[in-house]
Amino acid sequence: MKYVDEFRDPELIRKISEEIRRLVDPNYHYRFMEVCGGHTFSIFRFGLQNLLPENIELVHGPGCPVCVLPMGRMDDGLSIAQQPNVIFTAFGDVMRVPGKHGTPLELKARGADIRMVYSPLDALKIAMDHPDRQVVLFAIGFETTAPSTALTLMRARELDVSNFSVFSNHVLIIPAIQAILDSPDMRIDGFIGPGHVSSVIGARPYEFIAKKYRKPIVISGFEPLDLLQSILMLVKQMREGRFEVENQYSRVVPYKGNISALDIMKEVFEVRPLFEWRGLGTIPQSALKLRPEFAKWDAEVRFQVEGARVNDPQMAQCGEVLKGVLKPQQCKLFGKECTPEHPVGALMVSSEGACAAYYHYVHLQDAVGK
Amino acid sequence: MCLAIPGQIVEMFDDDHHYAVVDVCGVRRKINIDLLKNERLFLGDWVLIHVGFAMSKISEEQASEQLKLLSMLDESDEAIEEVKGYQFDKERI
Ligand code: SF4
Repeated sequence: MKYVDEFRDPELIRKISEEIRRLVDPNYHYRFMEVCGGHTFSIFRFGLQNLLPENIELVHGPGCPVCVLPMGRMDDGLSIAQQPNVIFTAFGDVMRVPGKHGTPLELKARGADIRMVYSPLDALKIAMDHPDRQVVLFAIGFETTAPSTALTLMRARELDVSNFSVFSNHVLIIPAIQAILDSPDMRIDGFIGPGHVSSVIGARPYEFIAKKYRKPIVISGFEPLDLLQSILMLVKQMREGRFEVENQYSRVVPYKGNISALDIMKEVFEVRPLFEWRGLGTIPQSALKLRPEFAKWDAEVRFQVEGARVNDPQMAQCGEVLKGVLKPQQCKLFGKECTPEHPVGALMVSSEGACAAYYHYVHLQDAVGK
Repeated sequence: MCLAIPGQIVEMFDDDHHYAVVDVCGVRRKINIDLLKNERLFLGDWVLIHVGFAMSKISEEQASEQLKLLSMLDESDEAIEEVKGYQFDKERI
């Protein structure tokens, strides 16, 4: 846990936190959702909730890509990994996500050729180094990562690497926010918009949140000061009865986004009519698949993928936590059957998952305090 | 995955516009710069890096802010690990 004095500008932090206290309506309970897992991570690490008045509640959103992946997709991926002659590659976070019959790491220990990569280009390199094997990339991520996968596929086509394919689980942030806004058990007053996703999509796609749903949204950076400033901007908007898209992170996020990244995504991917999200159900037009022109590099075309639907383990309440209906420690498995060492759900795996963040920085602190 | 890593461009290639070499806390690696082809990149520029690709051009000041953030979050070692993990610079991809 960090203390105010350790922050870059403790005086400014104190000032903003006092300003928030001054401007909130003491009789109202505010619920702001930080959509992005990077924000969740920052908020817990810096103990930001402690700097806010009690009636501001931060709700953790669906912006951690491994957390929203349903177990069926994990199992589909792992069924490819177990086929003969396949080298299966994935980012580090994915390696510890449990499928029905274990995590990629466990399957690797049992003999499957599963390798961790830091970049989609590394998966392509492995394919070029092993022309006699089929190399598959388990691709995940929001619009921050999707352009990189797209460019890797364009490179694969350019260099005519035919033993490389991508199992795409790329998801889109806007339909997820829309699903939350449409969900009957939700009451969110405003959104802290993701920083790096927005550097790709820009601020423009969030306009509907302000116009149609009349909720404020502020795109935010990741520093304590950024996040507090964004919360202050949300409080101000509510106080003044405004619903706008504001950009606190304009030093990195242009209003129109990164046009070449968006063009590259469009060239390689098309939107899936339906995609299942853990906890949020099936959301229309919320994920990306490869266009038919890239069928040669599409793992779903190349391999028999079952389209598995697997229910989450009984008692696991990942869905409720993802929607912000339950706090992580209210899940019956939290800290007992489900820990970062033995995760039952994906929210306990990634450092950006609400359960792992909560476990590390609140649960441990409580334990020490007792 | 959502936190980007700042790096400074220390080498550009005349014959290969897809790539540049960046320095991240003393570690040098080749990264792909196609996502920034609408911006003109020069030696000495700072970029945010995500999974081996330059995502946005930033100022030197923002770069040092981002480095500070990573160290405040105890994430700088992981960031350096990640950059070291990029293997594709050993040959042209
Ligand atoms: S504690 Fe585990 S099972 Fe419960 S919601 Fe979190 S990740 Fe899911």
